Amino acid sequence: MDVRSQVSMVFHLDKCIGCHTCSIACKNVWTDRQGTEYMWWNNVETKPGTGFPTAWEDQEKYQGGWELKKGELKLKSTGPAKVMANIFHNPHQPSMDDYYEPWTYDYETLFDAPEGDDQPVARPVSRVTGEYMEVEAGPNWDDDLGGSEIYAANDPNLDALTEEQRQQLSAVERLVMFYFPRICNHCLNPSCVASCPSGALYKRGEDGIVLIDQKRCRAWRSCIAACPYKKTYYNWQTGKSEKCILCYPRLETGQAPACFHSCVGRIRYLGVLLYDAERIEEVAKLPDDEIVEGQRSMILDPRDPEVVAAAKANGIPDDVIESACKSPVYRFVKEWKIALPPHLEFRTLPMLFYVPPMSPVMAGKDGDSVYHLTDNNLFHDIDQSRVPISYLAKLLGAGNEGLVRYALRKQKAVRLYRRALTVGDVDDASAARALREADCTVEEAEAIYRLTTLCTFDDRFVIPPMHREEAIQMIEEPHGHRQSVGFGFTAGPKRGL
Amino acid sequence: MTQLSHYLDQLLFVAVPYVALVLFFLGTIYRYRAESFSYSSLSSQFLENKQHFWGMVPFHYGILTVLAGHAVAFLVPRSILAWNARPLRLYILEITALAFGAMTLVGLLAILARRRSSSKLLRVTSKADWVLYALLLFQLASGVYVAVSYPWGSSWFAATASPYLWSLAKLSPEVSWVAALPWVVKLHMLNAWLLIGFFPFTRLVHILVVPNPYLWRKRQVVRWNRDPRTARLIER
Repeated sequence: MDVRSQVSMVFHLDKCIGCHTCSIACKNVWTDRQGTEYMWWNNVETKPGTGFPTAWEDQEKYQGGWELKKGELKLKSTGPAKVMANIFHNPHQPSMDDYYEPWTYDYETLFDAPEGDDQPVARPVSRVTGEYMEVEAGPNWDDDLGGSEIYAANDPNLDALTEEQRQQLSAVERLVMFYFPRICNHCLNPSCVASCPSGALYKRGEDGIVLIDQKRCRAWRSCIAACPYKKTYYNWQTGKSEKCILCYPRLETGQAPACFHSCVGRIRYLGVLLYDAERIEEVAKLPDDEIVEGQRSMILDPRDPEVVAAAKANGIPDDVIESACKSPVYRFVKEWKIALPPHLEFRTLPMLFYVPPMSPVMAGKDGDSVYHLTDNNLFHDIDQSRVPISYLAKLLGAGNEGLVRYALRKQKAVRLYRRALTVGDVDDASAARALREADCTVEEAEAIYRLTTLCTFDDRFVIPPMHREEAIQMIEEPHGHRQSVGFGFTAGPKRGL
Repeated sequence: MTQLSHYLDQLLFVAVPYVALVLFFLGTIYRYRAESFSYSSLSSQFLENKQHFWGMVPFHYGILTVLAGHAVAFLVPRSILAWNARPLRLYILEITALAFGAMTLVGLLAILARRRSSSKLLRVTSKADWVLYALLLFQLASGVYVAVSYPWGSSWFAATASPYLWSLAKLSPEVSWVAALPWVVKLHMLNAWLLIGFFPFTRLVHILVVPNPYLWRKRQVVRWNRDPRTARLIER
């Protein structure tokens, strides 16, 4: 057993209201520089939808992630065999057209325009060329199903649906959507790291955060094609790739990452998971129907004395193990099993988990009157969700509908249980039956309820001590820097000649 | 007059090369140590992905082959002469070299056309890039011209340029090996020295950080705090 700790995340999709506050918080802190305007280390997508960059889930097009070839894990895009063939021109790299051309407006015109017959308007100006441009795409072009006949219809996850389900999804009475916020998953088997010809990408041993060494990146662009989630971005100005850094400077000072901190719906949870690094390759090779449970089984119980002993032997500090015991992520993923990893079939073992969303109450239309479709008039039958289970399973369960059904059924049972307690229009017996059917005890239901709805800042973010003071001692002699202004280099990110 | 051209040759084929080499080594090493952030291929595929293939691929494969040819002729001139002893083998070598030279030139022209065609690319093209393009264009055009006008270069390179380069390497420069060469050939050589001297100030430095270790390193990279060796890498 090779125990390591990983700062992991849960996003509760049922609580996401799609306000994009997280994206803006991230943009203001990290990506407002030239060359990064188009980057959204955190973005919120509408599902069904094609997301950002367009159709990122389509690995026929982008060749991201891993594939199993004769029992071996191989990078789909540029592995060692193809590195010299693809280094001059990467056939799978998305270009700016797959994202969008960033722009601003010439606001000065509104003030400076000479007097004339027409009102002056602020025209869009490209933030790459500085020239006037036509806006043809944006980071959220199909937000809230805008133009979904054109855009969302290309969502690769819709392949899991029957033709009838697809038809129903676009019927006005049955239209449905949910939001899907995304950051870097800080995977256990990251294909971006594995693809970097320069070895510039790395995973931090102590907390598992995946970073790009800016001084080693040479713009070979392999990581951009290799990441199946398209969460590494190319800075066209500095000639370096950049990605979500999970706000490690904030984490190291005990603060939640900017997107987590600013989340209005309080959908985000962060905490440490202990896992067995010895099993990474074995689990990444599991067939699709076993891989989700395989990944779950890698996550270790921080209260198990054997695990604690192995963790200590590996140098994991006591306060980190303590932090792992309080981790909300552990409860969602391992104890309650209601949070699932996105697209595990890409085999990168993402460490960001999603609680699948409940769909709106199901109603049908008969002439002018609207009626409930199911007998259970409070919550619909899970299997008749407006968002078909097969769709959610393609997105979050590597195709395993059972796992999604389990998570949804448990959420529904918790609601019925609370309804019986507080409103009283559900009788105790049927609430108890729902809990039993959902494999959920009363204590568990209570805990899920509390962590979902009454959670404070400290419940949601259990930030482990990062112990970076040890790292600084490795880099610099602290006494040599007394009375000076800090450690490290101060060179700005200047583009090469 | 002969005196003057003698001094000129000394200047262009002894002084210039040594200055260029000193610039090359000091410049690249200093830049790597002081400004390693600036070592990047500065790829622009992200900004323009349609014409990119047609310039980059022929140019890079072409220039690698052509440079390798020059290097082999410099290092083992006798073997080249022995190979060329049979006309058929000579023809094969010459035609291959010319083909790759022409491919490189076509690639560079495609690169230039691409650069000029997109306002996004112009935005990321520096003055150093334009100087570099001019030097490269002259180098490739003169190279292809020499290959066509003065055939069997693979043989006479081994008998003229190779001993000249070796004399430079041994620090006893002997200009007489190249003094009598046609002026186009001399310009080609001079321009090569200019390219080498200018090298540290351009994006060409990406050649020096070609990712060899990738082929034998472990797929995953993990950096630990407590390993001082890797921790210091973050600083450099």
